[in-house]
Amino acid sequence: MNPLLPSRMILRTLATAATASQVVSISARALPIAAVRRGLSTTAIRRSDALAVHRDTPENNPSIPFKFNATNEKVMAEIIARYPPQYKKAAVMPLLDLGQRQHGFCSISVMNEVARILEMPPMRVYEVATFYTMYNRSPVGKFHVQVCTTTPCQLCGSDGVMKAIKDHLQIGDGQTTKDGLFTLLEVECLGACVNAPMIQINDDYYEDLTPESVVKLLDALKASAGANPGKVEVPAPGPLSGKRQTCENSAGLTNLTSKMWGPETTRKDL
Amino acid sequence: MLSVRPAITHAAASRLLIPLTTSAVRLAATTATKASSRGLATVADAPKKTYGGLKDQDRIFQNLYGHHGADLKSAMKYGDWHKTKEIIQKGDNWIISEIKKSGLRGRGGAGFPSGLKWSFMNPPGWEKAGVPRYLVVNADEGEPGTCKDREIMRKDPHKLIEGCLVAGRAMNATAAYIYIRGEFYHEATAVQRAIQEAYAAGLIGKNACGSGYDFDVYLHRGMGAYVCGEETSLIESLEGKPGKPRLKPPFPAAVGLFGCPSTVANVETVAVAPTICRRGGEWFDSFGRDRNSGTKLFCISGHVNNPCTVEEEMSIPLRELIDRHCGGVKGGWDNLLAVIPGGSSTPVLPKHICDDVLMDFDALKDAQSGLGTAAVIVMDKSTDIVRAISRLSKFYKHESCGQCTPCREGSKWTYQIMQRFEKGMGRAREIDMLQELTKQVEGHTICALGEAFAWPLQGLIRHFRPELEARMQEFAKISGGEVKAGGWAHNADKKEELISPGQ
Repeated sequence: MNPLLPSRMILRTLATAATASQVVSISARALPIAAVRRGLSTTAIRRSDALAVHRDTPENNPSIPFKFNATNEKVMAEIIARYPPQYKKAAVMPLLDLGQRQHGFCSISVMNEVARILEMPPMRVYEVATFYTMYNRSPVGKFHVQVCTTTPCQLCGSDGVMKAIKDHLQIGDGQTTKDGLFTLLEVECLGACVNAPMIQINDDYYEDLTPESVVKLLDALKASAGANPGKVEVPAPGPLSGKRQTCENSAGLTNLTSKMWGPETTRKDL
Repeated sequence: MLSVRPAITHAAASRLLIPLTTSAVRLAATTATKASSRGLATVADAPKKTYGGLKDQDRIFQNLYGHHGADLKSAMKYGDWHKTKEIIQKGDNWIISEIKKSGLRGRGGAGFPSGLKWSFMNPPGWEKAGVPRYLVVNADEGEPGTCKDREIMRKDPHKLIEGCLVAGRAMNATAAYIYIRGEFYHEATAVQRAIQEAYAAGLIGKNACGSGYDFDVYLHRGMGAYVCGEETSLIESLEGKPGKPRLKPPFPAAVGLFGCPSTVANVETVAVAPTICRRGGEWFDSFGRDRNSGTKLFCISGHVNNPCTVEEEMSIPLRELIDRHCGGVKGGWDNLLAVIPGGSSTPVLPKHICDDVLMDFDALKDAQSGLGTAAVIVMDKSTDIVRAISRLSKFYKHESCGQCTPCREGSKWTYQIMQRFEKGMGRAREIDMLQELTKQVEGHTICALGEAFAWPLQGLIRHFRPELEARMQEFAKISGGEVKAGGWAHNADKKEELISPGQ
């Protein structure tokens, strides 16, 4: 950023690039800075990650039917049984997740169906679906790449990982590749800080990354979605450094090396 | 060096097991002077107690590094579910007194004495209410730096399930809900598998372990909201609503999940309970300083040579923790800039405090920080400390639930200010304004997220104010003048831009 730019402009572009939605940020990037300057009559910049309202689109509108399939019907019954019968609505979060997994994303039809099943007002379901970040209310790619960039990962080089992914996939934060394979998202701490930097792809954590290993991983995933998926070796989730299995010291164990204890340590008066 | 070695007191020597670490050498050096001046008639000093160097035989989480499977059979081999029936049959008072004896303090961050907390569930006449009662396990681990519960859930799920039963018995709960953060999909699978194994073996469910006590364990996955780690917001979320914290009182022990008495406890707190009951409260209490007893999982991340999660004794010196288990700070101890000792919401500590601070609740509180979840984030001299803390501000801005104004607006304001401070776009007096702003948030919000984003900023200002000021001067030099408050360019008024009056 040029320090000599008028500070207000810097601030405005920063705010747009950092927080505005996909659409806004594309336009902000494509246009020269002067064009971002707004007149008094324009609407405010959305300073949120995702739109909190629903807009009908061809792939996401209430007229598209959605039904849980037979397998999920069973899972659903099991989930609802976990909660007291008069609090059926407590199952709204797991059911939305189930619907998202079946449908690919959490569309308005999924929400309406969940509301119908749990006998709750649709608005209560919309509230839940818009509050939690893991409900994708717009379609995502086959591989949903979520990069953690919070401080512990940042200290260990998540900037490099993020840049490598952006350069390799040629997309920005919140965008999907043209072939519909990858969606990139910058997320907050994913809770594997000891194995930083790390990313989550769908349900899997890939840890101890470097800009090189993440590119290799993305290539492998892309190939696995290609014509000969059987021949591709996709790295197993977990640390990709090859130096450790989980959260231990990668230079060798510093503890838990002697004989383990068992029931014999139990006090005698029990 | 050899001649001073006998001067190490026996207590220290027994605890310093493996090859003399740097701390042992340091200790020897400090005791050397005393030893030389001691005559035959001198009264011996009381043995100086040191902490750290926990023996493997005293580590509760033996499967921390995936030594054996997470299945029921291996768990039983290493002591889980042993004599659980007897523990359950001892009754609620026995379990609570055992936990009180052990001095266990909540491992989720606040450090409230667990025995006391659990006893709130049993006020006189609780039997007459005739409503279900719940134990809610908080596995919504989201604090940046923290990754201990994840290891428990994926490798030692049976400790957690058994803990639910034992803690549930102590508070006479009818069921436990384990609330796992949504991103931990595989961890949730591991816990669900363990629950099914335990049901199949008759360890939980009707007549759990054959003790005549009925107890159910259910799993609930969150969907990515940091604020759901707060107890009332977790309850809201479990009830199928947006996770917005409730006002307290009423406390969950009176009106909690589904309107029934409930207690929310951290995974680690619950998971250590069975081992404490089996090996005795005194055993657990023998570790760590007074009122900070026990063992603790530490997650050390950031600029250390080998980051790792490790179970250690409470009150271990920070330096020893890093040197012994993580191969030291990158570039040596002198390359250390600062440490966040307990997860992102505890204030940062500069090197001179880190030199000799102990890792426990009281010592870190005295150092104007906190143990929190014992997630140690280490930053060496290459760190842009302002950016590191600014990134935390962004985290809190993102995670604020938006329910109450000081937090919703404050987290955004502070983030914007920090973004400017990163580049030095500010004036020195704005640092005081930032400090004042954080003070206005602190204590004025429904939940602790207000404090959580205020404290790191206060820590930064407390210890790194010269760094902030230097950045501002640097920026003023480059841009041709000190910026006006609010980040306006120094000549903004000349260019007839809209700036507030009085600038």
